This record gives sequence, structure tokens and C-alpha cells, in this order.
Amino acid sequence: MEATSNNQSRRQFLLDVAKTACGIGMFGLGLGLYARQARALPPTAIRPPGALAEPDFQGACIRCGMCVRDCPYNILELAKPEDDLATGTPYFVARDIPCEMCEDIPCIKACPTGALDHQLTDINKAKMGLAALVDQETCLNFLGLRCDVCYRVCPVIDKAITLERTHNVRTTRHTMFLPTVHSEHCTGCGKCEKACVLEVAAIKVFPINLAKGALGEHYRLGWEEKQKAGASLVAPEIEHQYNLPEGYKYEQGPGLSGEAAAPAAAQPAIPKALHGDQL
Amino acid sequence: MSENKKIGADALMTKGWLGAHKWLLLRRASQLGILALFLLGPWAGIWLIKGNLAYSLTLNTLPLTDPYVLLQSLLTGHVPEKLALIGAALVTGLYVVIGGRSYCAWVCPLNMLTDLAAWLRRRFGIKGGAHFSRNTRYWLLAMTLLLSAATGTIVWEMLNPVAMLHRGLIFGLGMAWSIVLAVFLFDLFVSPDGWCGHLCPVGAFYSLIGKTSLLRVHATQRAACNDCMDCFAVCPEPQVIKPTLKGQAKGIGPVITSHNCTNCGRCIDVCSKDVFGFGSRFNNKAEVSAPQGGATALGNRS
Repeated sequence: MEATSNNQSRRQFLLDVAKTACGIGMFGLGLGLYARQARALPPTAIRPPGALAEPDFQGACIRCGMCVRDCPYNILELAKPEDDLATGTPYFVARDIPCEMCEDIPCIKACPTGALDHQLTDINKAKMGLAALVDQETCLNFLGLRCDVCYRVCPVIDKAITLERTHNVRTTRHTMFLPTVHSEHCTGCGKCEKACVLEVAAIKVFPINLAKGALGEHYRLGWEEKQKAGASLVAPEIEHQYNLPEGYKYEQGPGLSGEAAAPAAAQPAIPKALHGDQL
Repeated sequence: MSENKKIGADALMTKGWLGAHKWLLLRRASQLGILALFLLGPWAGIWLIKGNLAYSLTLNTLPLTDPYVLLQSLLTGHVPEKLALIGAALVTGLYVVIGGRSYCAWVCPLNMLTDLAAWLRRRFGIKGGAHFSRNTRYWLLAMTLLLSAATGTIVWEMLNPVAMLHRGLIFGLGMAWSIVLAVFLFDLFVSPDGWCGHLCPVGAFYSLIGKTSLLRVHATQRAACNDCMDCFAVCPEPQVIKPTLKGQAKGIGPVITSHNCTNCGRCIDVCSKDVFGFGSRFNNKAEVSAPQGGATALGNRS
């Protein structure tokens, strides 16, 4: 008798344990998958300066909102449950209100856990995100105008954004000033995106992993290697040779056909103006 | 209880309304007061406390960190700055003294809603519901800790209704109200004391901190108990009362030693015989030899 009731209660106990364990396991699986999903930072959400890389940030940020409180410009917000990023974590949307890049970085100082890295003391070294001129079809400078607003508002002007000059092929007689972002200096503050005069900004700030490409690790840039070595790495340097269709001649040297360059005078009389930039 | 008698009616008669609600009023004052201190900043611009229950800085000097959140963070492999660690040590120390689950009864803002659900259950005689083990919360606690280590994310903060409510009130609620409402309805219709008493891993964590807490409710006058059952009816963790209240014959001391007692003091309020009171965990001798020493002990206590 005793043994049976013992058996039964042991059975019941094991059953109860299995039931609870399964329930909690299922719940944990759901929660784990949700946590995994929440790691993907949506493209418009920019973390405060010094934020650790997103997976690390999720383990470091305790969602206390101290950074939100100590931001003098009130740009930061804690994500609400319905937002696309991990609930309770701080972010800002550059198009709404960008980072003012305070020199003393109060948000980092306020962070009790180091989810905002206390090693970052120079705001110009911040990497909140990376600006990218995503739409060359609507950017006014690409249309040949002199808007320049993103360039002008950039706190790291002439380093993070430069205006690269190029010939305007459409008008044939103007220069285009193309805003060009340099990732080495861009802090991701978002001033350019905020200031873009278009209905929808042509220049946008993204989390770095979305905005930045990467060369294959084995890639070497020949000109940089040459500079590092102080001389050509291919020795002796091979003289460049031109391969022109038969009958054509290259004015500056012999082609592969071996014929000597025709003297300039022997060339057909082309109006001098058509020589273009050689003039 | 069976004859539809109002719970605590006897206490109301003998002690008056104020006497029968003393600890409840103090508790609400504490819960609302703490919430008000947090809200004073964003609502009135008076920054006595910054942050929320996860971490706060009082008067720009006193750090307080939720040790459960910080433990999850540590398990993900992150080493926090000093302030967070100091804050967690302070909070842990506090609850080792006053009882871990005092957090639930005296601080947690969600407790007011689950208390309301429990009150409505009693008021409208909503009976029954899903029953599952009160130990489920420890399973959940273990799961969140393991999952934090496995995923590298502080997982419980993805869902924690306590944090969502508190953070929401201070920083903007958003859809957090729906999760809070879900907990309230769960307690009201699905499972009595379902959230705080069965599921919440935050309470489970704090109960473990308070395992050896100094401050305890005791039933020194248990000899005077008239078995009205009012304390069992109002207690959110009634299983903690019985061994102590009915344990004199078995040689169990008068202190409620279970770490799941929330130190809410409702049993003290609703008892017309003044069986219960706050005290330390010491002086826990059974005193089997003095069954009718109630009257003298009462005099000594007060």
C-alpha cells in the first residue's frame, strides 16, 4: 500500500516538474527568439555616443534612462514596447532631432553600466552611425545646384563631409560640388540628415553596420602599398604599353605594333579646341 | 469566509477603520511616495531622483541598482561601471535586512494593480481559476538567468511588466499599458495572485535575497487566534502563515520565516485578536509550555 502511494506521488511529482519545465521552456524559447530579433537595430534608430556594438549593448544597457535625463538637448528617448528596437533602450532619430555633440558628453558620464563606453572622451571620435548620401537623383548638389547645406552644418566640416568637384556633363560649362562623406571622421550625429532641405532627406545617417562596406581582408591597395614601401613592389617597374587597333598611333610613344609615334605635325588638322583639356 | 462575512469585519469592529488599515495605508503611502519621487523630476522639474527602478541616482549621489537586472547583465558577460555595482550592493544589503519581498509590497508599482485585482476577486466573489505551482516563478527566474547567459541579452527586461510600468510612467508609456492590463486581467479572472504569487521572477529573485532577512512578521499571540481565517483570505502568500500560526504544537516558533512573506502587514491589520506583529527573526522559540501566556506577552509587546 505504502509503496503504491509513494509511487503515485513520485509519478505526480515528476509529471508536475515535466509540465512546468515544458511550459517554461516554451516560454523561454519565445522570449529568446524575441530577444534575438530585437538585436536588429532599425535603420532610423541611432544609439547615443559611445554605445557598444548592438549585441553587446543589449547585455549592458539596463534601461534606466540616465542618459536620457542628462542629455541637455532632450534628444534621447527610451524605446516603447511597440517600437522596433529593444524596449526601454535609448535612441534618437536624426531627422527629428540630431545629436549636438556636447564636448563633455554628459550622456556617457550618466551611464552607470558602461553600455555607453566611458573610454570615449572626445566626442569627435564618436561613431553613433554613419551618414550616407543615399539618393543622388534628388540631392540638389548632384543636380548641379549649390545647396551645400549638409556640408555647411556638419560639425566636422571639410573632414566628415567634403565637396568634391567634378565636371557638369549636362551643362558642359559648370562644376558640380558633390557632398562626400568620409567615414573616418563622420560621428553620425545626424545634423546633415536633419538639415537636408528635401521633403525626404537625400543624406541619411544609418547604424554603421548598415552604412559601411568592407574590403576583403586580403585586399591591398597598390598605391598605398607602394607609398608604404617607398618604392614599387614590382621590380623592375614595367613600362606601360598601349595596344591600339591597327593603323592607329599613339602620340606619346610606340604602341605594341612597334611603330613610332607619328609626329604631332603629321596629324590630321583637327581644330585645336577639340583637344579639350589638353589645351 | 463561507457565510459571506466581510473579511476583516471583526478587526474593523475592535480596532476601528484606521486601526484595521494601518499597514495598508502606510504601504500605499510608500508605493505612491516612491513613485511620486520619481515623477517629481519629469512632471515638476524637481530632480531629487533620476532614473527608474532599474537604476536611479538620488540627489546626484546615492546610486541604487536593481540587483536582478544587473545579475542578468553580468551573466551576458558585461562588466558594468562601479556606480551600478555599488548601487546593486546597497539595494541587496537593504533587502537582506528588511526582507526581499518588501520590495513587492512596499515599492513595486504593479503590486497596487494586482492588489486591486485580488480585492475585486474578494469583493465580487470571483472564485477559482487556473492553479499552478507557486514555484513556477523560480523556474522562470532560472530560465531568465540561463537565457541571459545564452543570448547575451538582458532578457527579462524585454518583457518585465514591472519595469515597463515604472519606466512607462516616467519616460512615456506607449503600449506598455496593454501588458500591465494583461497582468491585471490575468490576476482578476485567470489565476488568483497569479502574477505576484506565482510567476514574477523579480519577486522570486528578491525573495531569495531576503531568505535570512531580519525584519519578519511574527504570530506571537497565536494562542489568541480564533480561526476566523481573515488573515488567510487577505494574504497574497497564504501558505506562509499556516506553519507558523498553527505550529505551536509542533514546536515551530512564532516567526513567519518563509522568504515569500512580502512583509505587507495585511494580516496584522485584519486580525481582531492582534495575533500578528512586525519583529525580528530572532526570539523564535516555540514556548510550548506557555499556551495561555497570550495576555502577558501582548502587554510586553506593545
